[in-house]
Amino acid sequence: MDPYLLRKLNTERAARRAVIHLTDLGDGRDRVIREGDPVAGPLGEAIARAFRSGRSGLVEVEDRKFFLNVHLPPARIVAIGAVHISQALARMAVVAGFDITIIDPRTAFATEERFAGIDLVADWPEDVLKARPLDAYTALVAVTHDPKIDDFPLSQALTTGCFYVGALGSRKTHAKRVERLTALGHGAAEIARISAPIGLDIGAASPAEIAVAILADIVAHLRRRPLLGAGP
Amino acid sequence: METNDVFDPLAIAERWMDDGRMVALATVIETWGSAPRPVGSHLVIDGAGNFHGSVSGGCVEGAVIGEAMEVIADGEPRLLEFGVADETAWRVGLSCGGRIRVYVERVG
Repeated sequence: MDPYLLRKLNTERAARRAVIHLTDLGDGRDRVIREGDPVAGPLGEAIARAFRSGRSGLVEVEDRKFFLNVHLPPARIVAIGAVHISQALARMAVVAGFDITIIDPRTAFATEERFAGIDLVADWPEDVLKARPLDAYTALVAVTHDPKIDDFPLSQALTTGCFYVGALGSRKTHAKRVERLTALGHGAAEIARISAPIGLDIGAASPAEIAVAILADIVAHLRRRPLLGAGP
Repeated sequence: METNDVFDPLAIAERWMDDGRMVALATVIETWGSAPRPVGSHLVIDGAGNFHGSVSGGCVEGAVIGEAMEVIADGEPRLLEFGVADETAWRVGLSCGGRIRVYVERVG
């Protein structure tokens, strides 16, 4: 392995970017491919499949054997709002293998007691997301019902290409939200990416059931996401 | 941020390289049956036999480290295969009954 490639691989992983370390098992030569880098032919197709599935493995192309080691950033959930739904979602997310962070500036909601053992930040999303930016491997869930708190992270989620953007609220509430996001400069196609009403339609009624619907929706978006640079 | 750098074999490989140590990287490239570690798992080994990570959860690491010493010495990558061929293959094998192939290469 090329030492320069090892550094590149670690830099990309630390920056939460998807990469594949490709090794030609015939001659031992290797390269690091970022998601969206053009690679032609059957090898390019195998690479695209590997980015989508996240599965590492062997590929044989024109009698040459390659090993593709896929490094996807660990998917995580950022929930805006330390509400009842988030309490259930936080526990389920951990079981499903997601890192989760809860952000809510309202200190009455964001208490250690309500979110024991969960990464909880009692501060404005504007401030928190500066140090911990959203990215394509993050699901953004906005559940405060308060535009003052929800709008900024929703806008950021659309800009940074979060694989899932969900916002709680009735259709009427969402129509007003669409107007505000349009005023912030977001296009109709971008805004249409928001799951609203939030979560899969499973008739969820209680906060815990809504959390199930949200988590299932997140998994569906993660596993069916289009590739970066591959268009909508 | 979330990734635990302290136990990340690739991060350790880079640190060891920066310390001027000789480094080999072993990677699980194929598995059959019930293999203890998934494809893509790494074991990183230095010239003195220190190691981090795992390719099998402890079953065949000793043999991989031995091969890694030779890879570090001659720079030639090696493809190793481990499995349980029969009941007598206990010395260096996977007690779980699976089979794995491990690619060992020198860094640099």
